[in-house]
Amino acid sequence: MIPLSWYLGLSAAVFCIGLYGVLGRRNAVAILMGIELMLNAVNINLVAFWRYISPALVAGQAFAIIIFAVAASEAAVGLALIISIYRSRSTVAAEDIDLMKW
Amino acid sequence: MTPLQLIFLVIALATITSAVMVVSSPKLVHAALWLIVTLACVAALFVVLEAGFLAMVQVAVYIGAIAILIIFAAMLTRRVMADTGGSANRSWWAAVFASVLLFVSLLALMSQVPTWATATSAPLALGAEPLLEDLGQSLVDVNRYVIPFEVASVLLLAALVGAIVVARPTAKRSAEAEE
Repeated sequence: MIPLSWYLGLSAAVFCIGLYGVLGRRNAVAILMGIELMLNAVNINLVAFWRYISPALVAGQAFAIIIFAVAASEAAVGLALIISIYRSRSTVAAEDIDLMKW
Repeated sequence: MTPLQLIFLVIALATITSAVMVVSSPKLVHAALWLIVTLACVAALFVVLEAGFLAMVQVAVYIGAIAILIIFAAMLTRRVMADTGGSANRSWWAAVFASVLLFVSLLALMSQVPTWATATSAPLALGAEPLLEDLGQSLVDVNRYVIPFEVASVLLLAALVGAIVVARPTAKRSAEAEE
């Protein structure tokens, strides 16, 4: 059988790769891709814990479904913001978007 | 090593490889295509975990909607970032440092719970269909997860309205376009 720690290690690796994508990329769309990777890592964790720790309760799957909804709305609003910024400032590089920088 | 472990290792390797390609690919559209590979690998992991419904939702929502949305955004904004679009920013070494630090500390935290290393999955008490039925009922049951479910639906509605309002061209600009 597959030990639970394998799933946790894989999800930690995917989360950290996503974190690098969020912190290290210039393009705002690439940053959103990093966020999607992180949300997916969380989902792997939730489902693995559901399967191994409490398979009788459906809490893990219910939470994973809520995360799907959050990811979908986050992608929609984030990409709308990027399109809007691109329209007004003709850039999607995160360091050029300094409108609210003090 | 059992066949199931071998399958898991193959999927895990594919997941990590494609995830690394997502964050390192210089072309944004390539990164989006690698993101689809990663999402498909996660769906395969859900199948290994006996969560078939979530695997289906993963394919429908993530690959079918979110990945396509990201590809659209990458193509709409491609012109300005064609040459430097995928490159890392000036402090990419700090990002690598933060990610590695987080990974090492997560593994260290994980090793604090020795039961996780040996935990194996008990066979599911319910079959696949009663489990799915239970999941559906738990989302509308007043005593279980109806509040998160309703909050998620309001969140989706707000995101829908917000995305339309944010991405809509301003009145002045659309009037100019008509002239």
